[in-house]
Amino acid sequence: MSTVTISFSPDPAYVRTVRLVAAAVARRAGVSDDLLGEVRLAIGEACARAVALHRRHGLTELISVAMRDGGGFTVTVTDRGPAGEQLEPGLADVLPPPNRDARSTGVPSPAPAGAADPVGTLGAAELVEDEDALAAGVSLTLLTGLVSDLEVVAADGEGTQVRMSWPVGRRLAN
Amino acid sequence: MPMHTKCREEGVLMELSLATRQAFEHAILEVGGEIDVYTAPRLRERLIELIDGGQLRIVVDLSRVEFLDSTGLGVLVGAHRRLRANEGTLSLVCPNDRLLKIFRVSGLDSRFAIHASVADATAATRAGA
Repeated sequence: MSTVTISFSPDPAYVRTVRLVAAAVARRAGVSDDLLGEVRLAIGEACARAVALHRRHGLTELISVAMRDGGGFTVTVTDRGPAGEQLEPGLADVLPPPNRDARSTGVPSPAPAGAADPVGTLGAAELVEDEDALAAGVSLTLLTGLVSDLEVVAADGEGTQVRMSWPVGRRLAN
Repeated sequence: MPMHTKCREEGVLMELSLATRQAFEHAILEVGGEIDVYTAPRLRERLIELIDGGQLRIVVDLSRVEFLDSTGLGVLVGAHRRLRANEGTLSLVCPNDRLLKIFRVSGLDSRFAIHASVADATAATRAGA
């Protein structure tokens, strides 16, 4: 069992760095090549979510990413956001109504009555805020859809832990 | 050719490229590289510039995008809304399965017009569709 831990200031610029390191550590742990893309995406998403959360609440505390190799590859992203913040706006509350000329390729989502803001009533600043709210809502949906072994729990003290695991195959250099 | 934008603070390459061209009465925004929490504001700015400049039919070509997170999805939805408020259209070009999966998993695939090529995208919204 070996561990690599990164702590970083809640600055979007570092999320890419974490993704690159995580992909390297995952490869070293023996995660198969066809899973690496998903690992990179999921860790990037969990970090982006944590950074957005810290910025939204003006928190400067570090976000920690612990990568453990032991029986599987497990990554834990810990933020210091207020407890309960994981209950972010549901997709249904922030999604626009279906586009009339959209080619539907997926399962149609239920259209909640009066959920989306009427188009055109928001100012530019509100729209940006709205986009951020949408991103926050989509973030956990994405993680849930991408990672079969996912756990979101309250961290010790304040904050949330997003824990993700992937199987490992043949170990490198062992 | 798309230009890489230098990040001012650190002098390292910002891994997002943006190039705009006109084709068949549409503005085609070719995006390359990584759309994430760091680079998404650049994409948002460019889309707002286009919309404020009067472009009402925009195709965002994601063919050369290697990474897309929820922040990027939020920006695309925002642009979609702005355009609809002005009776415009936003279409996406996304031939890449890995990227399509992100739209599918997030439930946004049915909210966007997603096409396999720029030609398909412009044809779908050209004749007063």
